[in-house]
Amino acid sequence: MIDKTTLWIVIIALGIGSFFLRFVFTGFVGSRAMPDWLLRHLRYTAVAILPALVAPQVIWPQATGGETEPARLAAACVTLLVGLLSKNVIAAILSGAFTLYGLLYFLG
Amino acid sequence: MATTTAKSTYLKGIFDSSPFILVIIPFASLFGLVATEAGLSVVETLTFSIVVIAGAAQFTALQLMQEQAPTLVVIISSLAVNLRMAMYSAALTPYIGAAPLWQRALAAYLTVDQSYVVSVAEYERRPDMSIALRMVYFFGVVTPIVPLWYGFTFIGAYLGAWFPDGWALDFAIPITFLAMIAPMFRTLAHVVAALVAVAVSLLAAGIPYSLGLMVAGIVGMMAGAQAELWQERKRGRAE
Repeated sequence: MIDKTTLWIVIIALGIGSFFLRFVFTGFVGSRAMPDWLLRHLRYTAVAILPALVAPQVIWPQATGGETEPARLAAACVTLLVGLLSKNVIAAILSGAFTLYGLLYFLG
Repeated sequence: MATTTAKSTYLKGIFDSSPFILVIIPFASLFGLVATEAGLSVVETLTFSIVVIAGAAQFTALQLMQEQAPTLVVIISSLAVNLRMAMYSAALTPYIGAAPLWQRALAAYLTVDQSYVVSVAEYERRPDMSIALRMVYFFGVVTPIVPLWYGFTFIGAYLGAWFPDGWALDFAIPITFLAMIAPMFRTLAHVVAALVAVAVSLLAAGIPYSLGLMVAGIVGMMAGAQAELWQERKRGRAE
């Protein structure tokens, strides 16, 4: 069981900490110009962080206890491929979900 | 030529982020379900989502609390998952840094993966957009996302144990992120950044408290920046 005091400390600390992380640049830097080298790096934030976040979940899903699983691996590949070819987020999500449920059903 | 009004910009924001409705609903419901199964009340679960609005960090915190990890470890690990929010904040700053402080504070609270991705893509496409319209667009983007995040956290928590098992909802997160990333590979540098980040994140998976993610993200960004410089130099020589 989760201790209630711990829970509320975590909720409040995460709330304050998360707001700080989101406000640190927009709030404190504001309209001051940022150096070119920093902007050059920031252009690649999303294409670096999100794949890094997803890769371990695709290869070692928590739901299977960390075992690589064909249905999830295939769903991830199909999502990425459809996304790359169609540039359409929703088409990519739907084909990924379809692949996942299809394979989970057929592979049992 | 048609003038771009605040209303049409707001509506375009809603339209552009509407695909994420399909993702937010299962993701929020899943958090509500998992949280109540871990022993949180409906009110506690909803408060968690309203105060923090960060799915991945909330799941991280919940998992570590269930494992009875020390409070400080729970907080630091979950914030590490959220460190990317600081990078989003930095990436948004050139576009909205000149907006009034209260708008920036509100936008900061509402900065999530989806609002960052959709907004920056639009700002890049339309460099002539005014600061005011950029804020209007941003608030349009979060409109179909944030209320649903609260609402379906509540519904998931309320429905609790009735939710069927075996829906593989865990995979809603990776699929969404992959679908969001795919259209962003516009140059070789983007591809290099992603491949390097993936390689490092897999190698660094053993680093505790999600810090491997930060290492992978930073190395990936550096790889992207270097690839961009290399491409510029090559182009410079060719001319």
